[in-house]
Amino acid sequence: MTMLEVRDLEVAFGPIAPLSGVSFSLSKGETLGIVGESGSGKSLAAMSVLGLLPLSGGRITAGSIIFDGQELAGLPEPAYRKLRGGRIGLITQNPMTSLDPLQKIGPQVDAVAVLHLGMTSAQARARTVDILGTLRIPEPALICNRYPHQMSGGMKQRIVIAMALAADPDLLVADEPTTALDVTVQAQIIRLLDDLVKERDLALVLITHDMSVVAQTCDKVVVMYAGRVVERGTVTAIFDAPQHPYTQALIGCIPGAAGADEHLTSIPGTVPTVLNYPKGCPFHTRCAHMQPICTTDVPAFVSHNDSAAACHFAGDMK
Amino acid sequence: MTSTTGVASRAMAGFGKSALGRAFGSWLGKIAGGFLILLLLMAIFAPWITPFDYAAQDLMNGNTPPAWPHLLGTDRFGRDVLSRVIYGARTSLSVSATAIAISVSVGMTLGAAAGYFGGLFERVVMTVVDLTWSFPDILIALIFVAIIGPGLTSTMFAIAIAYLAQFTRLTRAQIVQLKRETFIEATINLGARPSHILLRHLLPNAIAPVIVVGMLAIGDGIVLEATLGFFGLGAQPPTPSWGAMMSSGTAQLFLSPWVIIFPGVVVAVTVVAVNLFGDELIRALDIRDRIRGA
Amino acid sequence: MLLRYIFFRALMLIPVSISISVVIFMIVHLIPGDPIDNLIRVGSSPSDRAALVVKYGLDQSIFVQYFRWVGAMFHGDFGTAIVLRRPVADLIAQNLPYSLTLGAFAFAFSSIVGIILGTISATTRSKVVQQFVRGFILLGSTVPGFWLALLMILFFAVQLQWFPVSGARGWDSLVLPVLTIGFGGVALVARVTRVALLDVRREDFVVLLHAKGLSSAAILFRHLLPHAMLPVVTILALRIGWILGGAVTVEFVFARPGLGSLLIRALGQRDYPVVQGSLLMLALAVMLGTLIGDVAQAMMDPRIREAKT
Repeated sequence: MTMLEVRDLEVAFGPIAPLSGVSFSLSKGETLGIVGESGSGKSLAAMSVLGLLPLSGGRITAGSIIFDGQELAGLPEPAYRKLRGGRIGLITQNPMTSLDPLQKIGPQVDAVAVLHLGMTSAQARARTVDILGTLRIPEPALICNRYPHQMSGGMKQRIVIAMALAADPDLLVADEPTTALDVTVQAQIIRLLDDLVKERDLALVLITHDMSVVAQTCDKVVVMYAGRVVERGTVTAIFDAPQHPYTQALIGCIPGAAGADEHLTSIPGTVPTVLNYPKGCPFHTRCAHMQPICTTDVPAFVSHNDSAAACHFAGDMK
Repeated sequence: MTSTTGVASRAMAGFGKSALGRAFGSWLGKIAGGFLILLLLMAIFAPWITPFDYAAQDLMNGNTPPAWPHLLGTDRFGRDVLSRVIYGARTSLSVSATAIAISVSVGMTLGAAAGYFGGLFERVVMTVVDLTWSFPDILIALIFVAIIGPGLTSTMFAIAIAYLAQFTRLTRAQIVQLKRETFIEATINLGARPSHILLRHLLPNAIAPVIVVGMLAIGDGIVLEATLGFFGLGAQPPTPSWGAMMSSGTAQLFLSPWVIIFPGVVVAVTVVAVNLFGDELIRALDIRDRIRGA
Repeated sequence: MLLRYIFFRALMLIPVSISISVVIFMIVHLIPGDPIDNLIRVGSSPSDRAALVVKYGLDQSIFVQYFRWVGAMFHGDFGTAIVLRRPVADLIAQNLPYSLTLGAFAFAFSSIVGIILGTISATTRSKVVQQFVRGFILLGSTVPGFWLALLMILFFAVQLQWFPVSGARGWDSLVLPVLTIGFGGVALVARVTRVALLDVRREDFVVLLHAKGLSSAAILFRHLLPHAMLPVVTILALRIGWILGGAVTVEFVFARPGLGSLLIRALGQRDYPVVQGSLLMLALAVMLGTLIGDVAQAMMDPRIREAKT
């Protein structure tokens, strides 16, 4: 059953459109990875789903976001507030700064159940303790009386996850949930998210720049570059035979994936900023296989097995 | 890259034509800057532009309301309010500017030394400086009046001490920040003498915000000078001073309010202009974050 | 934790009080002339002079003199006023309540109105309101207090006759002085509140608060304002002294009794025992204010409470 379907989404900040033509969909029990370098617009996609663009001054100018049959683009704020934290949970990038430093952990988590499930604060607290327990947080009742600065990054990220889960959502959006954490903790958090999706039959949008995380956890992938989707498909299809040169390059960046005696590749150049998105194929400025047509025409999607790539030469390259 | 060359080039632009030009760019900057220039010219050329002798008494024409030839009226001794306001600008501007110049020099020296050498010296300096900061300027001024006696000398000391903390803190904060910059670390590692590093590299890069804050403080100094003058503890007669004029006017508050209103308006407008223009300068030099960080 | 913090913070007052008292003690020694002439009426009898010399140890070293002076004050003896010929302690006791009342009202007025005004200007979308508050902040932080006081008297007391011109009889005599001090205080608090709110709103955790589905109002009142209050409390603590300083000016203009007018009158009359006593009281008030502010901040922010000082 399709939980979330985004179609031809375009986002604008004033006259600038950092995101356009973004489409993807996912069902219950599935994990969708959105990958790309920083500045590719992947976080904007997440903010769009949560209806939080106005916070930073952006708005949806075209396309639609359908969540469980309901159109979210243009949904009035009060209705959106019921979904946020209620049916859609967010896990943010930096747990160090994601919690209010002046409040104890307990009340910050309790607030979600009080707001969305109509619980009393005592009921909400019992629920909080329960959820913290399932997230393998030791001594959850004690933790409730701690302040954020008294906890480690990994613990704080678990608290953030607990807040996202507190009202039993159907969809979780995790925006680079492990980037700010130690490597050992990263693996724990990823495994935790993976388990949650399976146990609770959640739909998870996992935003990351790490292809190896995608390979481990996701069912589907969307590769983004300069505000556009350049390739999408199942994880198996994309890792088996990436069609877009950018996807190929990203996979080439994973240590170990390139074979023992091969050099790790890095992608020359930098991601174009919103102000100078290239014409034609957005990737042509850094593409090793660039041809004249790439600088003028935006490539259409070419299907290949269970994936599709927006490249003029998809399928022609090795 | 940005920080190193950025800081250096911004300091180079420092008080060049471009920054001042940009401060005059907005209409607020034009009005405020224009007023300040006018005031400065009035103060400098006071003897040639005042319609009357500021000290000449004319008891027959005391307390006359604003009208020709006394455009702003006369006080109870029949002295021309306009002439006295113009001469008052001399006292006010010179006292405040001199005191702030002293304060900026001392504050920069203390702040630079504290920031550069750190350690116990820094702690002692900053504790003392923070202490003066928590005391209201008027209280510091009254302590000086108690020791030195009423007059412009205590006023100047008071202004210099009351705002010293700002310059010390600001300089120190910037030196501490700059010391972490790569180009300074490189210079230190190359074995340059501390005095060389401080004078040639650190201070030139730290000076712009201090000068702007100094300019803003001249406004505060003018208010403090006027307040002390009003209490009869600042400028003493016959020195014309905005504060002292208002003080003598209180006796005739109801009879001739113009004696109080006009000097007050000039003080208020001057200080507002100083703040507006300072704000434009801060914007033009793009140093708001550096000032707020201190 | 909090008690520990208060204890150590209070401990820091000791060296500060000592330095302040030394400065104030030195006043009579730094001004030209024999200290005793600064402490006693002209034409006092030789026996009175001799008594004072003994009391303050004026014939002994400066250290002895300082400790005698401080010691006497610990027993409530601040010396005798030269002009008013009364114990300085009595004068202080008589004037202090007026200053405290005025200071407390001005402080409360500045904080409450300033926080409300700053919050409105940081949250409103109306450009007109924003410009109005900006203008108010600019005027409030620049217009000299004594001049504002004079204008208040001219307009509200003389023209409209709503409030008494001067004095301290009845509650209505408090209105104009409180408004005068409050004008600057409100501007200061409003400015800090506004900047702090705009800063906090950019913090990461605010995104997550929205993501939890909280309403903007709930986020403002439960999360943003408590944060914005931290710098506001710091500034209020640092500037409690400045509000008292405002009281000094305003008391004088409105001819209200109080420590400020006592001090200024004494300075004019070179009544040094009174100068010393009232300066010391004002300095003490400033230091206590700063202490209270720091403690309030520690109560609000768990991170400060636990920082080792």
